[in-house]
Amino acid sequence: MKKSLELIGQYFILMKVVFSAPDKKRIFWKQFFIDAEKLVLNSIPIVAVISVFIGAVLVIQTAYNIESPLIPKMYVGYMTRESLILEFCSTMIALILAGKVGSNISSEIGSMRISEQIDAMEMMGINSANYLILPKIAAATILNPLLMLMSFVLGLFGGAMIINFTGIITMGQYTEGLQYAFRFYYFVYSMIKMATFSFLITSISSFYGYYAADGSLGVGRSSTKAIVVSSVSILIANLVITQLMLN
Amino acid sequence: MIQVNNLNKFFGEKQVLHDISITYKPGECSLIIGASGSGKTVFLKSLVGLLTPDSGEIWYGKIQFNALSFKEQRSIRKEIGMLFQGSALFDFATVEENVRFPMDFFTTWSDKEKLDRVNFCLERVNLKNVNKLFPNELSGGMQKRVGIARAIALNPKYLFCDEPNSGLDPHTSILIDQLISEITKEYNITTVVNTHDMNSVMEIGDTVGFIHQGKLVWEGNKDNILTSDCEELNNFVFASNMAKKMKEMMG
Repeated sequence: MKKSLELIGQYFILMKVVFSAPDKKRIFWKQFFIDAEKLVLNSIPIVAVISVFIGAVLVIQTAYNIESPLIPKMYVGYMTRESLILEFCSTMIALILAGKVGSNISSEIGSMRISEQIDAMEMMGINSANYLILPKIAAATILNPLLMLMSFVLGLFGGAMIINFTGIITMGQYTEGLQYAFRFYYFVYSMIKMATFSFLITSISSFYGYYAADGSLGVGRSSTKAIVVSSVSILIANLVITQLMLN
Repeated sequence: MIQVNNLNKFFGEKQVLHDISITYKPGECSLIIGASGSGKTVFLKSLVGLLTPDSGEIWYGKIQFNALSFKEQRSIRKEIGMLFQGSALFDFATVEENVRFPMDFFTTWSDKEKLDRVNFCLERVNLKNVNKLFPNELSGGMQKRVGIARAIALNPKYLFCDEPNSGLDPHTSILIDQLISEITKEYNITTVVNTHDMNSVMEIGDTVGFIHQGKLVWEGNKDNILTSDCEELNNFVFASNMAKKMKEMMG
């Protein structure tokens, strides 16, 4: 318990250092775009593939479960849309990113720590935490909600694709369901969730990488911890945000 | 000039530096020698502010460095160059970007001026046509040279080298030692080198301090190190059978 509290304290102290004004704005923005490419753009293929397949599976499962002739078939589209926007496109994608992006960040920063590259920056008088971590947090927190929107669109496309292939319901029923009882607020909710999850993934992974020790084994350990702690934090944050925004 | 007064450092209960006092002068290559685990890296890292001493004073000229905050230390850090044991080159950056890195942060030079300075520093360490290579494409010796080029990029007053010869063959080690010595004399830099390589001591040791179990037990230079009466130093210097026999032959 004491160790956990110490870790949390250490995390907030690091965040205080991270969220100071960048030494040079030009260098910050350069890093921002490099990290945006590395953390967000490079995640597009995996997010796209998963979204299309999950959208398709959601349509099949929902259609399979709506057997009663009293329930209109358009509910397949409605349920698919609601599942995607409320949970899948933010929480599930964030959990996947926690693995992909989280391990990338913690191992990159951890390797820099054990090879004294971070010491070299500190030695020069550069705020290494600010230089290395802030652009990552900013890039992921600002741009990942757009990734979530892309995931949503591709999920719906996956659903449409499977309907086209199997004829499980008609395309008209599907599109009618997609438009039924549409709430823009759900997009806001989902984007806020994604921004929060992205912040947690990048900051927690950076934290574990920044304090990596004991050579390459230590980097491996910090990478694993980063993924586990990020994932658990996402689940907790999901519960809290949902309670606050949907209750 | 760097003046160290009564420096102490603890890790938990364990004291790793005991009351170290020493002075380093400009234009001299000052070596810190000692066995592995003797505390010399902790001492060097304390000098440059990567570790905070528990007590004692570190003066850079007339400024007490360890009494300043991280931000306040910046003005001194701009005057410090450091070569790390593993070179610590940024592996996300090319050689040119590595050497330019401190310039990007601390100068308002134009790109052309920065490039000129990068090329000058690389030429000074006898490297040519490596600007666009990444650190993993360089040999160990070349990485050390790039590390030195980066360290001198901002014309430092102080140069610190942590085990500059580790992992290098004897010939390359001598070249790196000579380079450090030349740069020290040429730019009148206060240079502190941390090493356990006796060849370096005999090659460039204008002054030598021997640290044993965290204590500075001997101070001298390359000329009197072999004739010292200090038992701990003799055990370190004449560690091998061959060295012991040579000492016997020397009487």
